[in-house]
Amino acid sequence: MTVYFNPFHQLRSEMDRLLNGFLGSTTNGGAYPAAGRGQPAVNLWDQNDALMLEMEIPGVKSEQIDISVAGLDLTVKVQRPDIAEEGLTYHRRERPVGDFTRVLRLPCEVDSNKVAAELLNGVLTLTLPKAEVAKPRKIPVSS
Amino acid sequence: MNTENVLSKAEGGAAAAEHTRSGRFFRPHVDIVEKAEELLLLADVPGADGDAIDIRFEDGELTLHGKVEPRQGNDRRYLHQEYDVGDFYRTFQISEAIDAGKISADYGDGVLTLHLPKAESVKLRKIAVAAK
Repeated sequence: MTVYFNPFHQLRSEMDRLLNGFLGSTTNGGAYPAAGRGQPAVNLWDQNDALMLEMEIPGVKSEQIDISVAGLDLTVKVQRPDIAEEGLTYHRRERPVGDFTRVLRLPCEVDSNKVAAELLNGVLTLTLPKAEVAKPRKIPVSS
Repeated sequence: MNTENVLSKAEGGAAAAEHTRSGRFFRPHVDIVEKAEELLLLADVPGADGDAIDIRFEDGELTLHGKVEPRQGNDRRYLHQEYDVGDFYRTFQISEAIDAGKISADYGDGVLTLHLPKAESVKLRKIAVAAK
């Protein structure tokens, strides 16, 4: 079969991507359901012995964050404070408020006792040391 | 001669400030709340350095501009990436009369808070009616 560039296929995949973005992509089992409206966005990277996770949560204090690790599932709950009070007139209201929960499936096991979290200027950084079994190991080659 | 230009000049008056910007900027989410004495502006600018935020107010135009240094090197390989880090920029046209000399700002927890006190002339004044 010859493969042509098919604009319909492209449109289809664009639509899928768009819908997944809106609906949170729970149906196709993505490990990282897309961040919905107001959901704090995350970045995740590998730092040899640890997984690093960063989240932008401006306006949130450390006591308004709840982090838990169970197996491969990392749950971060944040409570974004609301400044609303009676009799205020809003000219713009774009900042998300309320409770948000992100559940992320980690790519490898981590040592849940050694997870460290730091909050600086609205940026939450998690250091998740990998479990012994998941650590990279250098294998010597005998000659 | 282009008469259209002359006409629009005469009618429109002085041109509004226009900006040229290079590079990429993020547009922060803001809340603007009107209170009796002031306009309160809150902007989400996580990861910014309070000293590196530039706030200007001129002829009713409020400009927020801040540098946000990348927290991770370019060679960082993400397992999963949902956002990018970079400078932010946003301008507002404030139609209320503001006492520019008394504008104050502070930064904490990734949120920039701007107090824009209303000018005396536009403050709501309650006028008591004297009963005879």
